[in-house]
Amino acid sequence: MAATQKEPVNITCAGPLNGMASGLLTWIDQRFPLMENWRSHLAEYYAPKNFNFWYYFGSLAMLVLVLQIVTGIFLTMHYKPDATLAFASVEYIMREVPFGWLIRYMHSTGSSAFFIVVYLHMFRGLLYGSYRKPRELLWIFGVVIYLCMMGEAFFGYLLPWGQMSYWGAQVIVNLFATIPVIGPDLSLWIRGDYVVSDATLNRFFALHVIAIPLVLLGLVAAHLLALHEVGSNNPDGIEIKAHKDAQGRPLDGIPFHPYYVVKDIYGVVVFLIVFAIILFFMPEMGGYFLEHNNFIPADPLKTPEHIVVVWYFTPYYSMLRAIPPMFNSQFPGVAVMGAATMILFLLPWLDRSPVKSIRYKGPIFKWALALFVVALVVLGYLGTVLTNEWGQFGAWMGGAERATVAARVFTLIYFLFFILMPWYSVIDKTKPEPQRVTG
Amino acid sequence: MSDSQDVNASRRNLIVASATAGGAAAVGVAVPFAAAMLPSERAKALGAPVEADISGLQPGEMQIIEWRGKPVWILRRTKEMLEGIKKSGASVADPNSEVHLQPEYAKNEFRSIKQEVVVLEGVCSHLGCSPQFKGSDSKADMGADWNGGFFCPCHGSKFDLAGRVYKGAPAPVNLTVPPYAYLSETRILIGEDRKGA
Repeated sequence: MAATQKEPVNITCAGPLNGMASGLLTWIDQRFPLMENWRSHLAEYYAPKNFNFWYYFGSLAMLVLVLQIVTGIFLTMHYKPDATLAFASVEYIMREVPFGWLIRYMHSTGSSAFFIVVYLHMFRGLLYGSYRKPRELLWIFGVVIYLCMMGEAFFGYLLPWGQMSYWGAQVIVNLFATIPVIGPDLSLWIRGDYVVSDATLNRFFALHVIAIPLVLLGLVAAHLLALHEVGSNNPDGIEIKAHKDAQGRPLDGIPFHPYYVVKDIYGVVVFLIVFAIILFFMPEMGGYFLEHNNFIPADPLKTPEHIVVVWYFTPYYSMLRAIPPMFNSQFPGVAVMGAATMILFLLPWLDRSPVKSIRYKGPIFKWALALFVVALVVLGYLGTVLTNEWGQFGAWMGGAERATVAARVFTLIYFLFFILMPWYSVIDKTKPEPQRVTG
Repeated sequence: MSDSQDVNASRRNLIVASATAGGAAAVGVAVPFAAAMLPSERAKALGAPVEADISGLQPGEMQIIEWRGKPVWILRRTKEMLEGIKKSGASVADPNSEVHLQPEYAKNEFRSIKQEVVVLEGVCSHLGCSPQFKGSDSKADMGADWNGGFFCPCHGSKFDLAGRVYKGAPAPVNLTVPPYAYLSETRILIGEDRKGA
């Protein structure tokens, strides 16, 4: 009954097709809430007018997601998820499929780009308190998306069936084996065999191309719905809905379309330039995006000298290596690594500052955030090198490896940033928030 | 449906019962899907435990069998060999097998169930080459203090006759002891531990 009450849609551009287009839209609108969604999510979604540089990365993440899905579809047309054929089929894509090299490099560069964009997007949340009430659920959806991305990246990395694919998967599946009681059976269940094998490759393919992407798309929809329900945060960390005009529109808001659509298109152009430069001139990124060892076919009887994970996992990998075995088990390191991601879920309730944005937070938070970033970068670097990279301390430290000790210190800093937050966010000297956004 | 606000208790009970039954059915349906991810019959057959007959294995002799694509060594050690293992205790990296590379019943000085018979996966813990047996008579090329052990030709890692890695070798940890059990005095089952065997 609602449909029949909808008013005809008027399109205001001139031309002979005007009437026909309006008629078609009205016809659709009486059967499907097209204009309603257009208005509530784009034309009449009021976003704060003071978005800055940091607000590019949400839309860029969606762009990269689409890029990964489209390139992924074309890769599956030539790829073979079979342990005896997989490596050769990737080489076939690279050498013989027309533009196969381009599509494959877009996909591999895209995965790193996805993590770069999402890390910056998450950092924006930290800067401006975008996880604070009423955006807790929005943040939680985001963290789940991040976890799915890690799963997606891990499953995808096995598919080329190179040495690093194989041994990286071996190491990560064995992490689950360290879980007390259920561990060995759990890792057997994940692999589907006693070693990483064809069975493992085949199921990782299924998870990578359909299971996780479906979940990811659903989560992205939930993330956006939650965002549009509560409204976007902004660099001032104040609610623009507190000040509305007579029509109920936020005074400091501007319609997402056309204003932010145009802004985001600019961001997309700059992003694509950088993306194309990497894609065409350094798709392997010196071994960081595509590791050298992965150009050697997987060999279950020959472990590479130095198993490294891809750069986006290295901070966690550092933590794993830094925690010594306890009670004859590697599980403490695995638990710390897991806790490092799980603690993100608690962030909305750990920050008890009276203000949201770093602009009005005090010096303690700024130092804490700076230290946190340094810790992440150092851990990320240490995860790419051998633990003896920085040599050893002298006898006064029992000859401990410098890099391992550093990784322990920075792991501690990583956790203290979160654990001490309920305390330092309260005692920090904040500045008063403005009533209206400051631009 | 009546307009009254009264809850029809029997109807509500039926709803609860059918929702519970539906939930149980959903869990039941999940079982075959989860089970489908377990090793298939073929994978289980290929990874099944293998039996080794050691009745003909003389002291000082080593037998190699294959299990899950890996060479597995069975060595019957002599008295002198066991003495040599005791001597090398000071020069190996992990004399007490703290790193979890063996079943609990092989976490001892000789890394075995029975002192004289050791079962080891013959895969170097460094890069997966297969080390070679070097008896205590190899002092000429292994050094005067060599008590017998294994030497990896690829990168020079040295292990003693309990598979414990010498300090300073490229290999980080000891050789792996697979799960195994004695079916009888002369038959060993490799790939499965059986309590009380």
